[in-house]
Amino acid sequence: MADVASPHEPPTSHATETPHAPLEPHLMHHFDDMEQQREASTLGMWVFLITEVLFFGGLFTAYMVYRVWYPTTFGVASRQLNIYSGAGMTVVLITSSLTMAMAVHAAAHGRRTRIMGFLGLTLILGVIFVGLKFMEYYHEYLDHHIPGHGFQIEGADPNNAQIFFSLYFTMTGLHALHMLIGFGILITMIVMAWRNYFSERWHTPVEISGLYWHFVDIIWIFLFPLLYLIDRHK
Amino acid sequence: MDTTDALALPKTHYLNAEYGIKSWLLTTDHKRIAILYLVSITVFFAVGALFAGLIRFELLTPPGDVVSDDTYNKLFTMHGIVMIFLFLIPSIPAVFGNFLVPMMIGARDLAFPKINLLSWYVYVAGAIFTLVAIMAGGVDTGWTFYTPFSTTASNSNVLTAAIGVFIAGFSSILTGLNFIVTIHRMRAPGMTWMKMPLFLWATYATALINVLGTPVLAITLLLVAVERAFHLGIFNPAYGGDPLLFQHLFWFYSHPAVYIMILPSMGVVSELIAAFTRHRVFGYKVVAFSSLAIAVFGFLVWGHHMFVAGISMYSAMIFSVLSFLVAIPSAIKVFNWTATLYKGSIALEAPMLYALGFIGLFTIGGLTGLFVATLGVDVHVTDTYFVVAHFHYIMVGGALMGYLGAMHYWWPKITGRLYSEVWGKLAALTVFLGFNLTFFPQFVLGYLGMPRRYHAYPPEFQALNVLSTAGATILGIGYLMPMAYLLLSLKYGKPAGPNPWRATGLEWQTPSPPPTFNFDRTPIVTKPAYSYESEEVELG
Repeated sequence: MADVASPHEPPTSHATETPHAPLEPHLMHHFDDMEQQREASTLGMWVFLITEVLFFGGLFTAYMVYRVWYPTTFGVASRQLNIYSGAGMTVVLITSSLTMAMAVHAAAHGRRTRIMGFLGLTLILGVIFVGLKFMEYYHEYLDHHIPGHGFQIEGADPNNAQIFFSLYFTMTGLHALHMLIGFGILITMIVMAWRNYFSERWHTPVEISGLYWHFVDIIWIFLFPLLYLIDRHK
Repeated sequence: MDTTDALALPKTHYLNAEYGIKSWLLTTDHKRIAILYLVSITVFFAVGALFAGLIRFELLTPPGDVVSDDTYNKLFTMHGIVMIFLFLIPSIPAVFGNFLVPMMIGARDLAFPKINLLSWYVYVAGAIFTLVAIMAGGVDTGWTFYTPFSTTASNSNVLTAAIGVFIAGFSSILTGLNFIVTIHRMRAPGMTWMKMPLFLWATYATALINVLGTPVLAITLLLVAVERAFHLGIFNPAYGGDPLLFQHLFWFYSHPAVYIMILPSMGVVSELIAAFTRHRVFGYKVVAFSSLAIAVFGFLVWGHHMFVAGISMYSAMIFSVLSFLVAIPSAIKVFNWTATLYKGSIALEAPMLYALGFIGLFTIGGLTGLFVATLGVDVHVTDTYFVVAHFHYIMVGGALMGYLGAMHYWWPKITGRLYSEVWGKLAALTVFLGFNLTFFPQFVLGYLGMPRRYHAYPPEFQALNVLSTAGATILGIGYLMPMAYLLLSLKYGKPAGPNPWRATGLEWQTPSPPPTFNFDRTPIVTKPAYSYESEEVELG
């Protein structure tokens, strides 16, 4: 019977306690050591970023097909976008990648205030970017560039041009959504740093947040020329 | 090991380590999450089976007399959506993958236990959206959501269902991500890639497809949803948009999704064949790499769903050739399983019956796949019951047989109890007979030209349709039987002991049910998988 203590049973049951002594405060129970935990977290983020490539890949495919089909309309529609705002956003975002890299560097050296400072700067630059983006949306709205019944455009087929603007809003909208998620991650990291969670031994969360942030930047580096610049050389 | 230990359940194990609803809903134990998945996908299997039953009931007689044509459209749509996205895709990975991946590699849990729990909640959220779509009146687009019907014409609940499937997709992305990282980073000392059980190779290949394919489905359905909700014009021909682009994007995921469903079953069959012939699987390395080959080829053949949709002749020819290529790794598996049987000590236990059933039915499903991959034949059988029969041989005859085989094989490990072997064998035979009676007549119907997705048909097709409906009834009974005796075994089943099948594999070297952290000590692996010949495995 199960309730009779068997002499063959191991002396202690590990069912409810961690099987190894917690030598490291940040080591989770199912990892053997910090190295394994760090490698798993980093690989996890890379795999996630691959799914993101495929996610945006569907949109880039659609863009490519219609760009080839309707090159003139896409050119005219692209010229409607505000290149100064777009260029400004690009500069802001690339700068935020620099501050993010500085934050990761500070984390590797366990410098708590610098982590918080650089993450804060990154957050501010990100907010400026999204603010500019929504300003742009507002101007597209004023110019009747929202796809649907009130859509207007001069010098191009309004039907095909709606495809351009459908793609523009979907692509930049999803990018902005990723920025907003990034804000949540940055705020979490700042709070964790403030609570002294990171050390030279364990700063992987900052590192993989950096990977995410750089990835979102790279998406924009593709979006900017495809949406704003395709017809500017003429 | 002492046999007195084997006959009693262990004192503390993962099922009784904690009690209460909270200990289940907030658990991060991969084994408990597997059970959460098991319960939820069983519910949706029942829902999907109910729709199938109604479809077969309507088709009992030639006129459309039981349900209206509109209702019939919704029945086959909901049957497809529920069975594919809420049952088959999560089935083996989310239940047995979750339970077994850490145990088979000798780990205490998956790499990200909280993300694992999150994936279940994401699945439930997606399932709730889908249920709401059903309750609100259903969807009539077919499970494929083809545009422009789904974006502009259909007045059913497309948006809700698409959001449901979109959300459920993230659950399989998270599960796949977890498996990939776990298999890469969490293997026990000595567990090299070439020592891994073949189930892990299959699960790994499936996880790759989950991670690479599902995001494309997600963005495609998102575009359908925003197009329907905000009148954007990406797939709308009125704006110059291309419905074929939707089909390309949709099938880029949904063809590989077929391999998401079948690859895990292939992994299960490899385990079963080895355990019940007491042989190392013939050509271990080739079988392992054929899983990866199927995953890779699976991404290159989506165009064969579009042969009559208006793609160019040249791309159709290329997709046809590439589709034939998938037959190579599939055949490698079938031949190697068969070769493993040769001179093996075959034990025809219930799980083995499912495995053998899988081999036969998968072969029929796979060979008829070559028919529909051939351009000329495909034009003849497109949108007929031939195609319906073909993919049901793969998804029910293949994927579901593997699922049931896994259920019987690992049930003693999961619950610590033995089920009735007599009833198990009887159910396996019932399922096999019922399945063939349901779907073999559909090959003939399709070859004779009966189109799919209509609720009425000419009277000359009635005899075969009656056979099919009779088969579906037997199949239904075959599914209810395990539901009954497996549940009864929870109360009346004899304790299984750690290793009732005398199988190799780390999961059998720990008590049944296993303790919360699986192993008292991290195991050290010295032998390759299935080393039945090299030693007499200890009697559990």
